[in-house]
Amino acid sequence: MRPLVEVTGLEVHYPVGTLADRLRGRRPVFKAVDGVSFTVAKGETLGIVGESGSGKSTVARALLRFLEPTAGSVLFDGADVAGMDRAALRGFRRRAQMIFQDPVGALNPRHTVAACLDEVLQVHGRGGPAERAGRVAELMALVGLPPTLADRRPRALSGGQCQRVGIARALAVGPDLVIADEATAALDVSIQAQILNLLADLKGELGLTMVFISHNLGVVRHVCDRVAVMNAGRIVEIGATADVLDRPRQPYTQALVAAIPAMHGAAPSPTGAAILGTVI
Amino acid sequence: MPVLLSVRDLRIDIATPAGPLPVVDGVSFDVAEGEIMGLVGESGSGKTMIGRALLRLLPTRRARIAGGAMHFDGRDLARLDETAMTGVRGRDVTMIFQNPSSHLDPVMRVGDQVAETVMRRDGVGWRAARTRAGELFAEVGIAEPVRRLDAYPHELSGGMRQRVMIAAALACRPRLLVADEPTTALDVTVQKQILELLRTLRDRSGFAVILITHDLGVVAETCDSVGVLYAGRLVERGGCAGLLTRPLHPYTAGLVGSQPELAVPGRRLPAIPGQPPASDDLPPGCRFHPRCAHAEPTCTVGDIALETLPDGRAVACRRWPELAGAEVGA
Repeated sequence: MRPLVEVTGLEVHYPVGTLADRLRGRRPVFKAVDGVSFTVAKGETLGIVGESGSGKSTVARALLRFLEPTAGSVLFDGADVAGMDRAALRGFRRRAQMIFQDPVGALNPRHTVAACLDEVLQVHGRGGPAERAGRVAELMALVGLPPTLADRRPRALSGGQCQRVGIARALAVGPDLVIADEATAALDVSIQAQILNLLADLKGELGLTMVFISHNLGVVRHVCDRVAVMNAGRIVEIGATADVLDRPRQPYTQALVAAIPAMHGAAPSPTGAAILGTVI
Repeated sequence: MPVLLSVRDLRIDIATPAGPLPVVDGVSFDVAEGEIMGLVGESGSGKTMIGRALLRLLPTRRARIAGGAMHFDGRDLARLDETAMTGVRGRDVTMIFQNPSSHLDPVMRVGDQVAETVMRRDGVGWRAARTRAGELFAEVGIAEPVRRLDAYPHELSGGMRQRVMIAAALACRPRLLVADEPTTALDVTVQKQILELLRTLRDRSGFAVILITHDLGVVAETCDSVGVLYAGRLVERGGCAGLLTRPLHPYTAGLVGSQPELAVPGRRLPAIPGQPPASDDLPPGCRFHPRCAHAEPTCTVGDIALETLPDGRAVACRRWPELAGAEVGA
């Protein structure tokens, strides 16, 4: 089966030269992404990990054509994303959605939860007002938001609730691919666990393909089938999650794995339920 | 080791139009000399408020210490006047923050900023202070320390800036260092270096550290003891290894269980349902009971005190003996 996403030789360079450089005829560039290739199969979750500045978010943005790559190609379901005209791009954006890191900042502070979701449906021309209202209620139920929150504004919600709205927005038009860029980084650990569970449920229920970008290897280990490790704009290692994180081959991945603070002694119980010695 | 800091029944109120709200309510703990104690909790649990209260750096117009005592070296920090407090702050007790960039002067060379502290603390001249600043830079692992003295904050990486902050803290020769999320803004590889540095410096200089963090992994790697805060109350306290491997309070257990690195990949995480209460809408009884799988009617009434066990562990849960016993019997 052909992969849903095929990225080949992706490069994103930014000019960093000063005027003096240009007068001397030099064009220095910063290589945010420097020759990245990978594929994502249908129904798969690919993790992209790396430290700040490794280029992982830039890859996500190039995937969705939020920015134009310097070189390389992104094929989505066989179609070249760079070559899409407006109509094709609109269809593509319906099928590929993004969940952002800052759940509060990603929402319009003046819109209620219902309006935030309705907006997405309107933009994509999904049905009349009544139909959309029904879909909004459906989406809220899907992501576990009680209907009483429909008239609240983001400010009146917790970070976890805002992220649920963000997820509902991404799912509103029934995408095939969801890119989650540090989707749980701003959340407290107990809320992060809820959101990770929600994403896992939704993925199973809706058959989503996901690209999961995170600096947190623990989170990536938990949710991803395969993982790509990025450093300085390149993928240094890619493979099945267990292979890469438990038996890293590259020195960089080894250093990254070794730096995860370990919970000494605490270990998963065979049932995968809580770890805890005595309480639960 | 003798007790350095003894906090008793600390209460911190935040002023709101509707009246004062207790954001920290009856928190007690001791820190021994040279001990690294972790204060863990989620956003709004009051951990940063406690750290700031220790240096009396609460935003004065909004928050105030409403009760309790903080005994440090025979003095109650909660009751010192501002002049006396100035003699403690930046001398015996000092603090480092999550975001070093916003606590360094952007238009002053970092070496001068540290030298300034040295001059004030040791009463030495500029030249000697600059020399000492160079030594401190070397001590916190800044490469080419003397050259770096002339750098401005923006020329340094986040990890380097945090090292500068630590150097400035060391210049105070503190007996207690309050570190508020010192590695949260850093990449994991840099985080590891900074945590190792804190432990090394503690071993060398013998100061105690209160490490405020939301990250149980950081606690496990760094701390000797840990206190777990929930909605302004300490729910459990004890030695680090025991508390994390054998939590007694259901909230601590839930926090440990929420760590994705400990879960079986692909399985659901045993998440804690719901969210922490708002400080103007605290539930009666145990503040965790609405989210607790083990809550019973008895958990919803009265004050639940922190009970200290013979091994030094303390837990604030009515049902802990039963819950612990259940597991032993199972």
